[in-house]
Amino acid sequence: MAYPITYAQYQEYLKKGEFIGLKCAKCGSINFPPMAVCRDCNGTTLEPVSLKGEGTIRTFTVIRVAPEGKKPPYIIAMVELDEGPYVIGNLEGITPDETGMDLIGKKVRMGTRMVQGDVYSLGDAHVPTFTLME
Amino acid sequence: MREVAILGVGMTKFGISEKTNLEMFAEAALEAIEKSGLEPKDMDALFFGNCLGGFEEGQLHMAPFAHAELGLPTSSPATRFESACATATVAIRHGALLVSAGVYDIVLAGGTERAAKMDTPLATRTFAMASQAQHEYGAGITFPGVLAMAAHMYAVKYGIELSELKKHMAEVAVKNHHHGTLNPKAHFQKEITVDTVLESMMVADPLELFDCCPFSDGAAAVVIAEAGRAKDLMDNPITIAGMGQASCGPLYLQRDLTRVKAREAAIKQAYSQAGVGPEDIDVVELHDCFTIAEILAIESFGFYEFGKGYDAATKGETGFGGKVVVNPSGGLKAKGHPIGATGAAQVTEIVQQLRGECGQRQVEGARIGLVDTLGGDLGTVCNIILRS
Repeated sequence: MAYPITYAQYQEYLKKGEFIGLKCAKCGSINFPPMAVCRDCNGTTLEPVSLKGEGTIRTFTVIRVAPEGKKPPYIIAMVELDEGPYVIGNLEGITPDETGMDLIGKKVRMGTRMVQGDVYSLGDAHVPTFTLME
Repeated sequence: MREVAILGVGMTKFGISEKTNLEMFAEAALEAIEKSGLEPKDMDALFFGNCLGGFEEGQLHMAPFAHAELGLPTSSPATRFESACATATVAIRHGALLVSAGVYDIVLAGGTERAAKMDTPLATRTFAMASQAQHEYGAGITFPGVLAMAAHMYAVKYGIELSELKKHMAEVAVKNHHHGTLNPKAHFQKEITVDTVLESMMVADPLELFDCCPFSDGAAAVVIAEAGRAKDLMDNPITIAGMGQASCGPLYLQRDLTRVKAREAAIKQAYSQAGVGPEDIDVVELHDCFTIAEILAIESFGFYEFGKGYDAATKGETGFGGKVVVNPSGGLKAKGHPIGATGAAQVTEIVQQLRGECGQRQVEGARIGLVDTLGGDLGTVCNIILRS
């Protein structure tokens, strides 16, 4: 069977700032990023659906010792989107020194950013990012 | 399925080594084979663990070279396993399964890694390759970062002040460093204090440098045989009573990082096969890659309720004389973490504990021991329960 949305198509959507998930016809779960099989029920009838791009921070960290090619410090957040899926991305618009436990539970808006690939990766890629809503 | 036992075990000193991956593996393997009263020609197969040889030495497909280094028969196949930090445990489990199934009678299993050869940025990059490349690495996730996010989630979920949690996490490092002082093969053999941890250097908030295990070099290996053959060869073979292995996807699908779903599934398999429960375990070597990881693990095993294991080290319940001794070897934190070898070193420690060979760090009367190895960002867990 074919992927409803491939990684390359997902990249095209992110490039345009669009967040397209897949809604499972069997259980109604929203899957994002797109996958071939619903994470909740193994359903394979998945329909593209546009996501609002808003969510809530569930946890975060500040990376201060970074992998080769990345410039620390930077903030990583794990966000629960309003539609259900969790997404990992950088929290932008605040400095690492402004972070604290009160970030957890705050509302964020999802955006996108292009990250440069390195010799080990598939190349440049668009990834989700977050900014605080209040 | 046939009963399976472990014969000889061997490991190099963990730390910084000038030896090649193959030299380290051969040293550990020859020790294990010799202690079994066997020769390399007696090995029916090699289950070989290595993660990052391509980056460390420009060497892939290391298994047949390890096979040649030891002089194994051409008819004995050598296969490389890679399950990130759980590599060697997964190799051992698969070796044991094929002996149990009757495909082989005696096999060699273990792993080697020269992780300290890479500088910190490259090592951090290569370790991060075990995170999902398309949907997680773009944000620059690192392994300390993964467990750091788990620590923040733990504090919020169970309503513990972060400063309080950090002190209890530091006590895990203090305990495991103390254990390391009793292990001549440990990477670090010096005592530290809670202040050493809290005043070190932030790696990924809230994890300090001393919350983290080191990049280490080292190798370890074990000989596995069908139980009847094992009894003929040795007075005290150690029975593999139960094993479990489970898989879980990327972090964004795992969601609640305080509950390692792969571990909960793996330990259930291992307890069930062994016919034991948490109350039966005397000694554990578990995956304390970061201090918070030890806390998550003891809760998954059922030693503590979820959310209640965070102060176990502070209360002395996981040290010598406690209710279950956790990481008597020093753990990944102090013994070191050459990722492709770690699981085999954990098995080596538990086997030696059950044989009463651990000297100063011997857990008195240990009869049943548990090995726990976590691979990747909580994606693989392999558990092995051993019985004397």
